[in-house]
Amino acid sequence: MTKTVEEKQRVVVRFAGDSGDGMQLTGDRFTSATAVLGNDLATLPDFPAEIRAPAGTVHGVSAFQIQFAATDVTTPGDRADVLIAMNPAALKADLHTVEGGGTIILNEDAFTPRNLEKAGYAQDPRHDGTLDGYQVYEVPMTSLTILATEGVGIGKKEAERAKNMFALGLLSWMYGRPTDVTLQWLEGKFGGRHEILDANVAAFKAGYNFGETTELFAHSYKVEAAPAEPGTYRNIAGATALAWGLVAAADRSGLPLFYASYPITPASELLHELARHKSFGVRTLQAEDEIAAAGIALGAAFAGHLGVTGTSGPGMDLKAEMLGLAVIMELPMVVVDVQRAGPSTGMPTKTEQGDLLLSMFGRHGESPMPIVAAATPGDCFDAAIEAVRLAVTYRTPVILLSDTFLSNSSEPWRVPEVDSLPAVDPRFERAREDGGRFLPYERDERLARPWAVPGTPGLVHRIGGLEREDLTGNISYEADNHERMTHLRRAKVEGIARDIPPLEVDDPGGDAELLVLGWGSTLGTIRAATRRVREEGRSVAAAHLRHLHPFPANIGEVLSRYPKVLIPEMNLGQLALLIRARYLVDARTYSKVQGLPIFADELEHEILRALDE
Amino acid sequence: MGGGEGERGLVDTLSKKDFTTDQEVRWCPGCGDYAILSAVQGFLPELGVEPHKTVFVSGIGCSGRFTYYVDTYGVHGIHGRAPAIATGIATARPDLSVWVVTGDGDGLSIGGNHLIHALRRNVNIKILMFNNQIYGLTKGQYSPTSEEGKVTKSTPFGSVDHPFNPIAVALGAEATFVARTIDNDRQHLTEVLRQAAAHRGTAFVEIYQNCNVFNDGAFDLLRDKPQGSRSQIRLEHGEPILFDDDMRCVAVGDNGRLIVANVDDVSPDSIVVHDVHGRPSLAFALAHLSHGPTEPTCIGVFREFGRPVYGDAMEDQMRRATERLGKGDLSGLLHSGDTWTVR
Repeated sequence: MTKTVEEKQRVVVRFAGDSGDGMQLTGDRFTSATAVLGNDLATLPDFPAEIRAPAGTVHGVSAFQIQFAATDVTTPGDRADVLIAMNPAALKADLHTVEGGGTIILNEDAFTPRNLEKAGYAQDPRHDGTLDGYQVYEVPMTSLTILATEGVGIGKKEAERAKNMFALGLLSWMYGRPTDVTLQWLEGKFGGRHEILDANVAAFKAGYNFGETTELFAHSYKVEAAPAEPGTYRNIAGATALAWGLVAAADRSGLPLFYASYPITPASELLHELARHKSFGVRTLQAEDEIAAAGIALGAAFAGHLGVTGTSGPGMDLKAEMLGLAVIMELPMVVVDVQRAGPSTGMPTKTEQGDLLLSMFGRHGESPMPIVAAATPGDCFDAAIEAVRLAVTYRTPVILLSDTFLSNSSEPWRVPEVDSLPAVDPRFERAREDGGRFLPYERDERLARPWAVPGTPGLVHRIGGLEREDLTGNISYEADNHERMTHLRRAKVEGIARDIPPLEVDDPGGDAELLVLGWGSTLGTIRAATRRVREEGRSVAAAHLRHLHPFPANIGEVLSRYPKVLIPEMNLGQLALLIRARYLVDARTYSKVQGLPIFADELEHEILRALDE
Repeated sequence: MGGGEGERGLVDTLSKKDFTTDQEVRWCPGCGDYAILSAVQGFLPELGVEPHKTVFVSGIGCSGRFTYYVDTYGVHGIHGRAPAIATGIATARPDLSVWVVTGDGDGLSIGGNHLIHALRRNVNIKILMFNNQIYGLTKGQYSPTSEEGKVTKSTPFGSVDHPFNPIAVALGAEATFVARTIDNDRQHLTEVLRQAAAHRGTAFVEIYQNCNVFNDGAFDLLRDKPQGSRSQIRLEHGEPILFDDDMRCVAVGDNGRLIVANVDDVSPDSIVVHDVHGRPSLAFALAHLSHGPTEPTCIGVFREFGRPVYGDAMEDQMRRATERLGKGDLSGLLHSGDTWTVR
C-alpha cells in the first residue's frame, strides 16, 4: 500500500513511559535524528526525582517532549500533537498535555487489568470515553518487539526492554527521520554486546516497518529543514553547553579550570561533564559538602586557578558564607546555580526561577555580586564565558544562573569558531624583585584589585574575612575605612554596567505600548508569545536581561518608554520587585510556579489581556 | 601589608625574621599561642622553603589570627573551613607548602566535616590544631574537647557533652600522620613540626595550648616545668615506651589492653615498643591511654604511613588523560558527536 505524505510546519511529540522504559533515551535519539535532518527544535525532559518509582505507577512516569519545525522553534511546545504512552500510567499522567484532537499511540500490551489498576484507572480509558476526540492508535509494541527479536539469542525479559526502540522506529517512520543516525548510534553504544545490539536494531526496524506496512496508519508526515545561518551545527543541552563554556573560557584565558562541587540534582550534570575533560587540564573535585565545594574553589582561585563551583538552590543556601568571603577577598570565582523548584528540597527535578533575590541579597552584610543568567540551552555556553570574563576582570565572585529546564533541554547550536571566542587576560600581578611595597587592595580603573598568586616573589600578603584596610589589606575596624570599603565594593560591581551591552529592545513597529521584560529561560516563551501577538496584528515590545546585577545602563530609559511593563517569571515576581523598587515602574508580574516552563499560549493570553486593559 | 619578606636567591640564608610580619600580635598576654608562633617562625627557615612559596590558612577563633603574623601568603578564612580552602590551594598548586592553623572549636566542631575529609583524602597540607579545650575568642564557652562537667558561661551546671579525643578522630579518619605536642615545649614542638613537614600528605598535629584567661591550667599536669615532663609519655619510634625517668611505662596488660605501670611491676617483655608505621590499633590504644591531660598522656607521633597524596593522584589522572587523548583541543570538543552543516 502506498502511503501519502503530509507536510507539516511544526510538530510536538511527547514520549511517556515508566522510569525504566528508557523514554529519555528514546527522546534523545529522536532529537538527534531530527537535528541532523535540519529541523529547528527544542526539547523538554520531564522526569520524577525518584530513580525507579514503583513500576507502572503515575509517579514513576518519565516523559520527553520535543517540538520540531521547518521554521524557528523557541520552546518545546505548550501541548503535544502526538503522545506515545508506553503504559496506562503514562497515559494517565500525560493525557492533559495532548492537544485536543491530537494523536495518542498506546502500547496495547501494557493495558492489562493489573497495570490499569496500578495507574489508578477504575475502568479502561480506551473504552470509557476518556479518549474521545483524540486519534488513538493501539500498537502491541511489547509483543511485536519480542517477535522481532526472536533468534538474536536473548531472553524475553531483555527483549522486552528494547520496546522503546520499537516506539522510536515507529515515530521515525511517521516523521521521516533518518534511520542511519540511530543505527550508527546503536552500533557505537552496544557494539561490544552483539545480541543486545541486534535486539535493539531489530526492534527499531520492526517499529519503522510496522508504520510503513500496517494499514493502521494512513499517512506519514514531513517537516522540512528550517532555514538557518550557514555553519556547523550540533544539538546541545544546557548542562553540556554550560560546562563547555567554562572549559572554553579557561582555555582561552590560559587559566586552569578547577571545578569543585557536591552532588545535587540537577547541577551534578556539570560535574559529570567536566570530570571527563582532564586532558584540558580541568580539575574536578567532588567535595564533602556544598560549603567545602565553594571553599575549595575559592582556595583554587587564591592559588591562581579559575575556581568554579556549581549547585542548585539548597546548595546556594549553604555556600552563602563562602561567597561572602569571596566578596571581601575580591577574588575571581564563578558559582553556577541551576535553579530548581523550592523552598527546601522542593521539587528537585522541576524548574523554577526562584533564586534571583537569593542571588542578589542572600548574604549577610553589604555583599554585592554580579549575576549573569543564561537564556537558552545553547546560550549557557556564552553565559558561562561572560560570567568568567566578569569574575576575572573585576576580581569578584559571579553568580551564573541556569535552571532545570535549561540544563535538561536542548536545541540546535551553531558551533562557534574558537578564535571568535573572547579571551580574558588574567593580568596576574607580576613579581617584584625591587623590594617595592605591594598593596593588595590597590585598585585599577575598574576598581579591581591585583590577583597576586602564591609562589610570586615580592607579593606575599594575607587576606581574609575581616574588614580590610583600603590599599594595604591590613585588618581594620576603623569606621571611615569600613564605609569606604563598603562603597568601593559596591561601586566596583555597579561599574560593570559600563562594560556590558545595552538592553536591546525588540519592537519592530516602534509603536508598542507594552514591554515584555524577561530574564533567563523564559526567552523562548517570550519570543513565541510575542510573535503570536504580532501575527494577530497587535504591537508588543520585548527585552531580555542577560545581566541581572548590575542591570544594563540603559534599562531605566527603556522602561520609561513604555506605559506598560509585563514581567513573566517562574517565581512570584522577583525581577518585578527589583524593577519596581529601583525604577519606580508599575511593572506587572505574570507568574507561574508549577515546576514547568511558562507556555507560549499562556503568555500570549496574558499579553493580550494587558494590552486590552 | 607585610613588607618583611626578604627575597633571596639562597634559601639557606632564611631566618626567623623572614617569617615575621610587621603586624602587632594581639593575643592575650601569657597565651600559649605566642610560644607556638615563635616556635613555628623559628622552625620555618630550616625547611628551606621561601616565604612566597608558603601559604598559611586559618579559620576563626584565637588560632585564626596566626595567619597575620607569619610573613607568607595567607588566607584567614571563615569558621571551620580552613581545611577546605587549603585543599583547593594545595590541590591546585602542588608546588606550595600549605599549612592550616585551627583550634578545637574551629576544627572539631563547626569544621569537623572538612577536617576529617582532608585527612581522608590525604591532601598535602599540614594541620596544626591548637587545643585549649575552650572557646576563647567568644569568651569562654565549653568546646568539643572540654571535659564532661566543665563549668563555663554556657554550661553553668557543667557540660553534659562527651568530648572528642582529637588524636582518635584523626586516626579514625585514617590520617597518614598523627601527632601531639605541647605549646611550651619548644624542642618537642619543633621536632614534631619537622616530622610533619617531612611527611607527604596530610599531617595532623594536636598542640595542647594553654588559654590563661578562660581555661588556665588545663594542661598543668603535663606542661608545668619541670615536673610536667614526668607525666608526658613521649612516643619514640622503635623505642620502648618509658616515662617519668624510666620508672613508669606503657605495658600490655590483661586481654591485651594497654596500661600505665611501674617498670618494676611488669615483665620487660610486656613493655610496648612504639611503632609509628604499625597497625592503627596500637595508635588507637595509645590515644585512649588517658582520659585527658589530667593523667599521664602520650605526646609525639602516634602514627605515620604512606598513602597516595590527593593532588598527586589528580595530576596523574590528568597526565594519563593527556597522554591518551592529546592535549585538549577546544575546537575538537565543540565539534564532537553528531554535527551537520548548513551551507
